[in-house]
Amino acid sequence: MELFGISQAAWGQIGFAAVSVIAGIVVCIGFFWGTNVLLDKALPSDVTGGQLNARNEHRRSAIRPWLFLFPALLFLGLFLFYPLVMTIINSFMDKNSQSFVGVDNWTFVFSQEAFWEAVRNNLMWIIVVPAACTFLGLIIAVMADRIWWGTFAKTLIFLPMAISFVGASVIWKFVYEFQSGDTQIGLLNAVIQFFGGDPTSFIDMAFWNNFFLMIILIWIQTGFAMVILSAALRGIPEETIEAAILDGANGFQILWKIMVPQIMGTVMVVWTTITILVLKVFDIVFTMTDGQWDTQVLANYMFFWLVRGDHDGYSSVVALTIMIAVLPIMIWNIRQASKDVGTG
Amino acid sequence: MGSSRLGRIVVHLTVLLLVVIWSLPTVGIFVSSFRDKSQISSSGWWTAPFRSTQNARHIPQDLSGQRLVDGEWTVDGRIFPEGSESVIEAFAATGKILDGEDSLSVGETAKLRRGISVTVQADGQYTITSENEITRARNARFVYRANEPPIFTLDNYKRVFTRDGIGQAFLNSAVVTIPATFIPILIAAFAAYALAWMRYPGRALIAATIVGLLVVPLQLSLIPLLSLYNDVGSIFGIDAKSYWGIWMAHTGFGLPLAIYLLRNYMAGLPGEIMESARIDGATHFQIFYKIVLPLSLPALASFAIFQFLWVWNDLLVAKVFLGDGETKTVLTSALKDLLGTRGGDWEILATSAFITIIVPLTVFLSLQRYFVRGLLAGSVKGG
Repeated sequence: MELFGISQAAWGQIGFAAVSVIAGIVVCIGFFWGTNVLLDKALPSDVTGGQLNARNEHRRSAIRPWLFLFPALLFLGLFLFYPLVMTIINSFMDKNSQSFVGVDNWTFVFSQEAFWEAVRNNLMWIIVVPAACTFLGLIIAVMADRIWWGTFAKTLIFLPMAISFVGASVIWKFVYEFQSGDTQIGLLNAVIQFFGGDPTSFIDMAFWNNFFLMIILIWIQTGFAMVILSAALRGIPEETIEAAILDGANGFQILWKIMVPQIMGTVMVVWTTITILVLKVFDIVFTMTDGQWDTQVLANYMFFWLVRGDHDGYSSVVALTIMIAVLPIMIWNIRQASKDVGTG
Repeated sequence: MGSSRLGRIVVHLTVLLLVVIWSLPTVGIFVSSFRDKSQISSSGWWTAPFRSTQNARHIPQDLSGQRLVDGEWTVDGRIFPEGSESVIEAFAATGKILDGEDSLSVGETAKLRRGISVTVQADGQYTITSENEITRARNARFVYRANEPPIFTLDNYKRVFTRDGIGQAFLNSAVVTIPATFIPILIAAFAAYALAWMRYPGRALIAATIVGLLVVPLQLSLIPLLSLYNDVGSIFGIDAKSYWGIWMAHTGFGLPLAIYLLRNYMAGLPGEIMESARIDGATHFQIFYKIVLPLSLPALASFAIFQFLWVWNDLLVAKVFLGDGETKTVLTSALKDLLGTRGGDWEILATSAFITIIVPLTVFLSLQRYFVRGLLAGSVKGG
């Protein structure tokens, strides 16, 4: 049976999702509303005796925040905190997390050439991608603010942010496509051919292929850097720039000596945010090469041990390696945020 | 910068160049998704609006019209449908090279195998003659080079929706994404209010922990959660990899950003409104849903867009917590699989890729303002 060209099973699926959304929301509202009403009933303020009223009032305001926080803390605990602890434990356990094996997993993973290849590649990613995104994002932000079609230009640069890593990988695989013979349907090889060069297969070109994969992430993330930096640039007082122009500074001097130092804090935020993203990059490598031809990265290596290697211990070690790399940025973030969160 | 006339032209050209570089890859996929299969593999997508030359093989489809003419079996056929603007440039027997010495011009006759010959005209009409009755059409096949007008078609879309499972995957993606976008919002909103406007011991610690959790790599959660899911699944005798499982996982993973964004926004709301409501005897619960929640709509929208894009575009969580199967494979996963099984079939890949990106692109373009606002407020995470 079909309706609007959609099968009955599909309607069932849609109905299931719709009912689930409503159920989820009803459960949430029910919890928050119910517990709050219960709290007001259990510790009422309208009893006789001012002292009891005050005490109940005090207790209510001590308990209520935790009613508000409880579901969030439950989810955070279950999906982020508990796994963090378990992953640390698993890294000292055997392949099915059954028995304790000491540091065997760590010594094994650290003795694997593939692991160090992943570390080396990840280091390259960390150096190249945040630098390229921040630089390009800054250049575009500065230039686009000076032309009448700047908003339109920024939208187009920003657009890839909405595209999945897998979608972006397919899009770029088409750009990198190589065919033996004269006809090249990949844009990059066609351009090379146009300028008289020989078409090449980019994806299995060891070492350099890493950069062809990085370009995909740079393509996606430059828009992010551009938007954040563009907002920061707008916050720079006009006087500082006018003064520099009066002093005879040229465009590049104004950019590097007047503007960039004033938005250094934002540049750092952009840089660290993209660095974290780079450390977690999985989809692009998984889709494009799955780590073949010397393109392995930690996140994909972790997935390899999780699924095909089927070894929880090794997989945990690789995951923790990523975590350790993220740790300095995490601490820096908490310090920055605590400046205003702590004193609220 | 750009105070001189030359400087201004340089700025315009540089931005134009960058915009073109940034857009062309996506345009390529978009254009290719409407092109004819054989044209995609024989010419670059940037030639799509022009006539193209391509080599192809022809096997006669209908030999039922064979009849004896002057002692020879004869049948007519056409390579292109009637009214086509395609033009034959050369043809040859299969196995011969079209640019080589065996290549024939239109009007000439090619000797095929088993005493079969074919004469091809410029408009693609041909006549096959044979000493014996032709029983197998393959014996009468030949190759040709044709100059074709551009062909734009919706066949690729029809094909991937029906035969390659993209339609089903699209539905699966929607079923995963919509609840996973809505469920975390309410939970996060309450927590954010508690962090912004309530006083209790441990508040600063919770706030700092959430900032810390913003950057915890997803990879860390996979193994313990997977075994937890399996344990729970086996206790209740259900499939651990279910929609409820992935909705909850996405809720958990999305919460730090949701709480962080909403807390920042709510903390910026004017305190006097809440103060006066308190004095009028309103409880925190009433203040929350009567005042704070309506005022926070822009921030809720920002997060909803973030979460929508993140869940729709996610591959890792879907692979691990939902797995594969007809009603489970989401778009990203289906696209990744097609890349493996149909690596060179660009008409399928381009079309599927375009279908996977069209929804997030539409959401993004129509709600860009909220997305940017969210980015600026939550740039600690970003992805």
